[in-house]
Amino acid sequence: MRKLHKFLVLGLLATALTSLGVFQAYADDDEDEKQEYSEHKGDKGRGEHGEKGEAKNLGVKLTNETWKTECSACHMAYPPGLLPAASWQALMGDLPNHFGTDASLDDQVMKEILPFLTENAASERRQETNKDGKPMLRITETQWFKKEHDEISAATWKSDKVKSASNCLACHTTAEQGNFDEDNVKIPR
Amino acid sequence: MVKNILLITLSVVTLASMNTVYAETPQQILDNYRTQAKTEVANFKDFSATNGETFFKNTHGSDWSCATCHTSNPLKQGKHASTSKAIDPLSPNANAKRFTEPAKVEKWFKRNCKDVLKRECTTLEKGDVMAYLMALKP
Ligand code: HEC
Ligand code: HEC
Ligand code: HEC
Repeated sequence: MRKLHKFLVLGLLATALTSLGVFQAYADDDEDEKQEYSEHKGDKGRGEHGEKGEAKNLGVKLTNETWKTECSACHMAYPPGLLPAASWQALMGDLPNHFGTDASLDDQVMKEILPFLTENAASERRQETNKDGKPMLRITETQWFKKEHDEISAATWKSDKVKSASNCLACHTTAEQGNFDEDNVKIPR
Repeated sequence: MVKNILLITLSVVTLASMNTVYAETPQQILDNYRTQAKTEVANFKDFSATNGETFFKNTHGSDWSCATCHTSNPLKQGKHASTSKAIDPLSPNANAKRFTEPAKVEKWFKRNCKDVLKRECTTLEKGDVMAYLMALKP
């Protein structure tokens, strides 16, 4: 009985999504974005965004309600496209010791969030490791992040309105929509 | 046929969502803690808002108290100690969403007590805190 219900629900959802063309659009986007980041490693990355349009929408077009609720309680929900899968896996594997706070989740919720993160993660080519050889857990400690933000002074990072690099929203006014486009950047003064 | 599937699907979805966000009132949640406390604490009479307030405002062996993030006036908006993100008021008298989902309440008691006390809270501590939060007058 349960199986039948699940089947029906899934069927209906799939039909609805397909008819909206969501799968198609989403798949395309994902490709663009991954490519873009690998290109970014070497250059300053300016200019090309105009042509690529929305490529900076970091995998949050197909959002996941559980992820949004659970991962936005203490800070904005960092989009899956900001870290590669191995990093998400390591981070989600140690939620009771999450950057100095307990963010533990029960198994049921974990099963909903982890696949959403890993399936929409950044390209494996962007995988970075810490000194101890473990996957990087902080977005703000990755090389690409440092490179994108190399023009920001130490004083700005520490200013009262920013406080920490992890506080994307202080400057990226549309970060909660997964949009980090330079047009929407405003450094608070 | 299509209509039937739609109907069935809709009703299943409705039923399923009713099941997961099963809502209760703060009073019902407090009553459940009270029943539990009677089996755990010898000579238990009732929870104490005064003890709850003391517990809430004091530290317990780590840097944070409950008031660090939820302020010492939980009718007001709080702020996360490390991320600075705003936290809606914790008292149900200022925020109708508080203490209406037992699973959510338990999840946050577990996490926050681990951060503040390095252990989970007892039923007595949870009940005292709730009694305090429910006694606050806006
Ligand atoms: C109980 C609070 C809490 C919850 C819930 C929580 N986090 Fe965090 N998270 C933190 C804190 C505190 C930090 C450190 C912030 C800082 O240093 O400014 C952090 C940092 C992070 C960072 C690193 C940011 C950086 O500096 O690059 C990531 C990634 C992250 N969290 C992902 C998640 C995900 C995914 C979830 C949902 C499963 C989640 N968090 C839920 C408290 C939380
Ligand atoms: C102090 C302000 C500030 C904070 C905080 C901040 N950024 Fe940025 N970010 C900038 C600036 C400035 C740029 C450069 C915009 C440009 O290219 O002119 C930038 C660029 C970016 C870019 C490249 C955008 C593009 O179109 O090239 C990404 C992606 C990004 N930031 C992500 C993040 C994330 C994720 C966080 C939080 C973990 C964060 N930023 C925190 C200021 C900030
Ligand atoms: C480091 C910051 C922090 C500390 C310290 C903290 N909390 Fe919280 N608390 C939070 C956050 C964040 C939430 C969830 C935010 C939301 O739902 O808006 C929360 C939610 C809760 C909830 C959920 C209530 C509901 O129904 O929505 C309870 C109960 C709670 N806290 C109790 C406590 C108690 C008791 C203490 C002290 C032992 C404490 N908290 C200390 C940050 C903190």
